[in-house]
Amino acid sequence: MKLALGPVLYYWTREAVLEFYSAVAASSVDIVYLGEVVCSRRHNLRLEDWLALARDLSACGKQVVLCSQALIESESELKALRRIAANGEFTVEANEMGAVRLLAGRVPFVAGPHLNIYNGETLAWFAELGASRFVLPLELSRDTLRELQSARPEGMQTEVFAFGRMPLAFSARCFTARHHDLPKDDCQFRCLDHADGLALQTRDQTAFLTLNGLQTQSAQVYDLSSSIEELRSLAVDVVRVSPQSTNMPTIIESFRERCAGRPGAPLEGLRVAPPCNGYWHGVPGMEYRT
Amino acid sequence: MIVPELVCPAGNLPSLKVAVDNGADWVYMGLKDETNARNFAGLNFDAASASEGLRYAHAAGAKMLLAINTYPQGCAAKRWQRAIDGAADLGIDAVILADAGLLRYAAERHSKLRLHLSVQTSATNYEAINFYRERFGIERAVLPRVLSLAQVADVVKNTPVQIEVFGFGSLCVMVEGRCALSSYVTGESPNTRGVCSPAKAVRWEKHGDRLDARLNGILIDRFESGENAGYPTLCKGRFSVDDETYYAIEEPSSLNAMALLPELVNIGITAIKIEGRQRSPAYVAAVTRIWRAAIDACAQNPAQFSVQAGWASGLARVAEGQQHTLGAYHRKWK
Repeated sequence: MKLALGPVLYYWTREAVLEFYSAVAASSVDIVYLGEVVCSRRHNLRLEDWLALARDLSACGKQVVLCSQALIESESELKALRRIAANGEFTVEANEMGAVRLLAGRVPFVAGPHLNIYNGETLAWFAELGASRFVLPLELSRDTLRELQSARPEGMQTEVFAFGRMPLAFSARCFTARHHDLPKDDCQFRCLDHADGLALQTRDQTAFLTLNGLQTQSAQVYDLSSSIEELRSLAVDVVRVSPQSTNMPTIIESFRERCAGRPGAPLEGLRVAPPCNGYWHGVPGMEYRT
Repeated sequence: MIVPELVCPAGNLPSLKVAVDNGADWVYMGLKDETNARNFAGLNFDAASASEGLRYAHAAGAKMLLAINTYPQGCAAKRWQRAIDGAADLGIDAVILADAGLLRYAAERHSKLRLHLSVQTSATNYEAINFYRERFGIERAVLPRVLSLAQVADVVKNTPVQIEVFGFGSLCVMVEGRCALSSYVTGESPNTRGVCSPAKAVRWEKHGDRLDARLNGILIDRFESGENAGYPTLCKGRFSVDDETYYAIEEPSSLNAMALLPELVNIGITAIKIEGRQRSPAYVAAVTRIWRAAIDACAQNPAQFSVQAGWASGLARVAEGQQHTLGAYHRKWK
């Protein structure tokens, strides 16, 4: 199984992003997803910067995939999308159907986790459109994955999100700006203050969700590190870990070991929050089963 | 000028009849199972009531839509496919679909069946909508409730597909079809089971004067005595962020875009949808009657259109004390 690093879902300073990826370049991760998935206002890196980073990582032996934005509403966002789709150098992860239209039948693409590929018929359609890999929607279980794998089209690779706070929802509204009592159009880029998102607790102090601009994430960290053998037995091709601001090189190496069939270093103390894995077991996503 | 068609919810046969009686151009309904996004106990249609509903609608010159707008999982598509076959056999006017595999099935097997793209498809731009048109021949798309009026206008300008928007009712703050918050807490979501924050996971706890509303154990809101205790839809609770407790995601408000009717007409919207298959026949009757009157008034004289006091109070009466908002249509909301 290959190991992939998902896109950075948070808004970091340019320096922090470059520093993060220089560590990634030296790591043993196979595939690196780059780009801005959440918000078009985030501009510390422009497409040219992402492409330069992609070339650097590629030169270090990484397979690079450029991600498209998950929610595309405006003409300017469509323009940015067209440039990503036509980049001509790197594979693109399509994260909504507008991107699929621009890629289908032209170049192989990755069907991202937000495309709602829930069943074999839809997966077959994506294969015909030219998807070479698909990412299982987060809320699906290992039992559903088993069914999807039993009818997987020829040549289609399967990727599973296996580590990180889960992107659970997208909105036109920015919840970080809302928290800071700012309009979205004048958000003052407050996402920069929250390297791993903004914690939302219930009124009885239970960690519940994470606000990340337009995106709402789980508070807990999805963690399938103890299910790697199961992923292998289900013929999963790629395991995705999603970036957090700290400890990422160690987490990558732990997953690398596990993907190679060896016991990886324990992740206790490395995650930004306690683990959950309910979706994998077909129960509420916030639960954790050992 | 296109006069927008009025598309009204029918959770059961009595609702369907009052919607038709009060001037709905279309009524939309679902079957009694997880193939639709209002999979609630005691709601929806079986074959006999669907057939009677269609007769009733057609006799009054109205049309009927079947919503098959959840996502079959794994190898489970058969049941959803049978629902499509049944709709075609019944001679229904159109089906509302979300899943690409089902859209393809319907387009290939039932070439005469009219297809509407569900809001659950999350198609928020014309590239996406035009793709569904090219591949499956969809006639109409329902837009997610996340676009501003200018963005809606941009979609209409750039697609041959008829555009339907929500005008009134409960409001998802998240992009429809892209929200797994409910399954994160309860194991069941709109996409997978046709439910959000399902009633079976709700628990009310009384502590003296205080009332706690929990969803599978998670405290969604806490009501002091005298506070109106609303249903704990999980994105509409009060939470704590940086020690500040507030409606961190969205207030428990609902959508009312009636004031925007002239602009929606001007943009060229084909249809306006009323949310609420889970609501009572009395609700459906009142909302349909008032919206029919408003659309007719706007069609007659869009320049002079304003929301009449009687309409506003009539809608406020059925809204159960909820605030109304223009939602994403209004730029400030974002």
